[in-house]
Amino acid sequence: MTDHTRQLIACHDCDLLQRDIQLNPGCYASCPRCGAVLYRNATDSVDRTLAYTLAAAMVFLGANVFPIFSIEVQGDRSAITLFGAVLSLWDQHMKSISLLVFLTAMVAPAVELISITYLLLPLKLGKVPPSYPLFMRVLQVLQPWGMVEVLMLGVLVSLVKLTNNFRVIPGMALWSFAVLTLLLAAAAASFNARDVWAQLDATWQGQAKP
Amino acid sequence: MTAPAPIAASRGLCSCHVCQLVSRRDQRAQVAHCPRCGARLHFRRPGSVQRCWALIIASYILYIPANALVMMETGSLISYRKDTIVSGVVHLWRTGSWMIAVIVFVASVAIPLLKLFSLTLLLISVQRRSTWSPRQRTRLYRLVEAVGRWSMLDIYVVTLLAALVQLGSMATVKAGPAAVAFGAVVVLTMFATMEFDPRLIWDPLQKEEFHD
Ligand SMILES: [Zn+2]
Repeated sequence: MTDHTRQLIACHDCDLLQRDIQLNPGCYASCPRCGAVLYRNATDSVDRTLAYTLAAAMVFLGANVFPIFSIEVQGDRSAITLFGAVLSLWDQHMKSISLLVFLTAMVAPAVELISITYLLLPLKLGKVPPSYPLFMRVLQVLQPWGMVEVLMLGVLVSLVKLTNNFRVIPGMALWSFAVLTLLLAAAAASFNARDVWAQLDATWQGQAKP
Repeated sequence: MTAPAPIAASRGLCSCHVCQLVSRRDQRAQVAHCPRCGARLHFRRPGSVQRCWALIIASYILYIPANALVMMETGSLISYRKDTIVSGVVHLWRTGSWMIAVIVFVASVAIPLLKLFSLTLLLISVQRRSTWSPRQRTRLYRLVEAVGRWSMLDIYVVTLLAALVQLGSMATVKAGPAAVAFGAVVVLTMFATMEFDPRLIWDPLQKEEFHD
């Protein structure tokens, strides 16, 4: 334990070498030279992140199954789901854009949610998930590419643009996306990679020599 | 400035880019791996400046068709329009959607330009080993990193509108060729931001040079 608390830490933005200190709950340590946030003490990081992630996963399903909104023209109603929009763009020979939307709005958030659950659920039960460095890496690489909050703003902008000419009926997925944006933000805020690594290390050592 | 700041690299210590564990790296060994997660260890991101330049130059070139070509075609019985990014914003402003016009302008015009100019400034200052206000430059980098994703906004709007408004002769919305160029600019500038190593901003304050 003393070994852990006296660990060294190098700032990821300026490489300044510092000593790891114990923080009060809810506080964060920042680099004295460049101001980067080094690490936080998020209380119950694993429990909270897991709770937000599982809730987000369910809402995510709803956001993708239900229509986002529909418009009505002379009694004809057309509704779209996110995947429907992706498919429609693919058929309009905008394959690269269709793929980009599919990856950033659907695949990246889905893989992110699955990876967090895969890592944290066993950890909560005191087990080490197989090939965990791979999943930690996946999370790190995917993090900038999940753009649910940007999509949410895009949905709102399209909504305003359409109300000029059409009667627009909001769908279930619209509310789901709003809730999903909040849940993902909460999960990201409570997730603490440093804690996860420390806990993985501790669990792994405990298993190696029982 | 009395004593040089304690830098991990100048003590032969290397922070793992995956798990942040600080470990000693043997200078003679060609390849070193993190003892905790097994990732390759580097003192600095290899080829960071060159790759970042390549991505930025490609983005500058693609930025021209992204703005010159048609982003969205909208047609109805009454009117038919072909909008570039800028003319789309102007149209929104004229029709009274000021809020939306401002949001789209910031996301699709201001942010991509801010990213390109900021990264260019950072790369030039790093290559000249400038020691000018490193704290401000690091802040600028963090800002670029944080706002970059919001440029994707127009791509999502075009996708949703083009999918929805397919009601035969009544109205159509089509994504134009600028959408592809614009999407490429967003992706390339995001890669460029990830490729840049902010520690290079601080290295000129040290006497030694660090590689790899
Ligand atoms: Zn720092």
